[in-house]
Amino acid sequence: MKKRSLVSIDDFSTEEILKVLDLAVEFEKQPVRKLLEGKIIATLFFEPSTRTRLSFESAINRLGGKIVGFSDSSSSSVSKGETLHDTIKMVSSYCDLIVMRHPIEGSARFASEVASVPVINAGDGANQHPTQTILDLYSIRKTQGKLDDLNIFMVGDLKYGRTVHSLMMAMSRWNTTFNFIAPEELKMPDEFKLYLDNLGLKYYEHSDFTDIISRADIIYMTRVQKERFSDPMEYEKVKNVYVLRNSMLENTKPNMRILHPLPRVNEIHTDVDSNPKAYYFEQALNGVYTRQAILCTLLGIKI
Amino acid sequence: MKEPKQLSVSAIQNGTVIDHIPAKNLFKVIQILGLDRFDNQITFGTNLESKKLGKKAIIKISGKYFADDDINRIALVAPDAKLNIIKDYEVIEKKVVEVPDTITGIARCVNPKCITNFESVTTRFKVVSKKNVALKCYYCEKITNQENLQII
Repeated sequence: MKKRSLVSIDDFSTEEILKVLDLAVEFEKQPVRKLLEGKIIATLFFEPSTRTRLSFESAINRLGGKIVGFSDSSSSSVSKGETLHDTIKMVSSYCDLIVMRHPIEGSARFASEVASVPVINAGDGANQHPTQTILDLYSIRKTQGKLDDLNIFMVGDLKYGRTVHSLMMAMSRWNTTFNFIAPEELKMPDEFKLYLDNLGLKYYEHSDFTDIISRADIIYMTRVQKERFSDPMEYEKVKNVYVLRNSMLENTKPNMRILHPLPRVNEIHTDVDSNPKAYYFEQALNGVYTRQAILCTLLGIKI
Repeated sequence: MKEPKQLSVSAIQNGTVIDHIPAKNLFKVIQILGLDRFDNQITFGTNLESKKLGKKAIIKISGKYFADDDINRIALVAPDAKLNIIKDYEVIEKKVVEVPDTITGIARCVNPKCITNFESVTTRFKVVSKKNVALKCYYCEKITNQENLQII
């Protein structure tokens, strides 16, 4: 079998993404399947990411695979000055697949070239985090029953938010209408708007929440981080503008669901949590099923 | 009367003449083509008058012909370069350079957080725009454009 890695969401064709989503449906029905028995998966977390790592490790354990790895580069040979090249060369001889999180952009693509086994990118700096995108797609399809012709609202930090860029690019395959709600300093960058222009997709930009959210099928919330603002005054002005509260959801569509890549700080008020439209915790659970599906797909395991 | 001493650099018998190189990029062209490591006779002139470029440079390489793929590597720094292929003092062919679809190992990625700026990785770019050169890094997926283009 030809070695196949998942570094960027564009590595998968639309057909392959849909196949992974279909496979994830099977894992949701029956999560415990001993398909990775006798396989060793390396989880190399050069920077800590507790949720992503636990989600992968949970997926691997449910499939009966064994895990080797580290959760912080201070406990690896990197602290002795080993290059990424050498670490990956060495680790690929110990395992059947590598899951890697690394703060440097492009590190995952490089690792996939060096490794003799498939590599899954679990986040390379501000660049890509494709398994997050696939779990977002799964959550959207599950709650809406389809991916086509939806109206997606993205809220918060649209400038630096890796997950929103990646999801936007992926959803552009299904004739999505986008609405962007962001402060001036954190607006969707022009390169992404140009991307939508070239595809002829519609998007609308807003500077705050209004009744417009009644049109949404999905509201994708992200955290507005203080450290992104050059002027702290600007942050103070906007910090409460992008907070979603239960009272704002009254006129939203019955099928509308709220997603968030987590961790949440205060951008979704806790009074939203009990609303059936809040979907962010189930979304995190979907990450386990989709990661099970991705692991099996890259290892060529059929269920 | 003594004749002034003159070096005969005007013509080569066999080889390649690269003309219309922007004067400021002459040494980049030399570097990209690896001419500094050639044993062939090479002459170059720079800061020559050019209507098109203002100041241009020219390189004459004796006894050397380049493959298109090799010569197209200079397109990043000398997009208007013209090649004259010489045999027996005659120009037998004229060529222009073309920006290739991919660029390997010539340019530096502008993103300081890119892996290619941390480890010894040969840079690779997809050329996303040829007119105003824009290169998309194969690794970090960021765009390097003409203004921040750096030759390694």
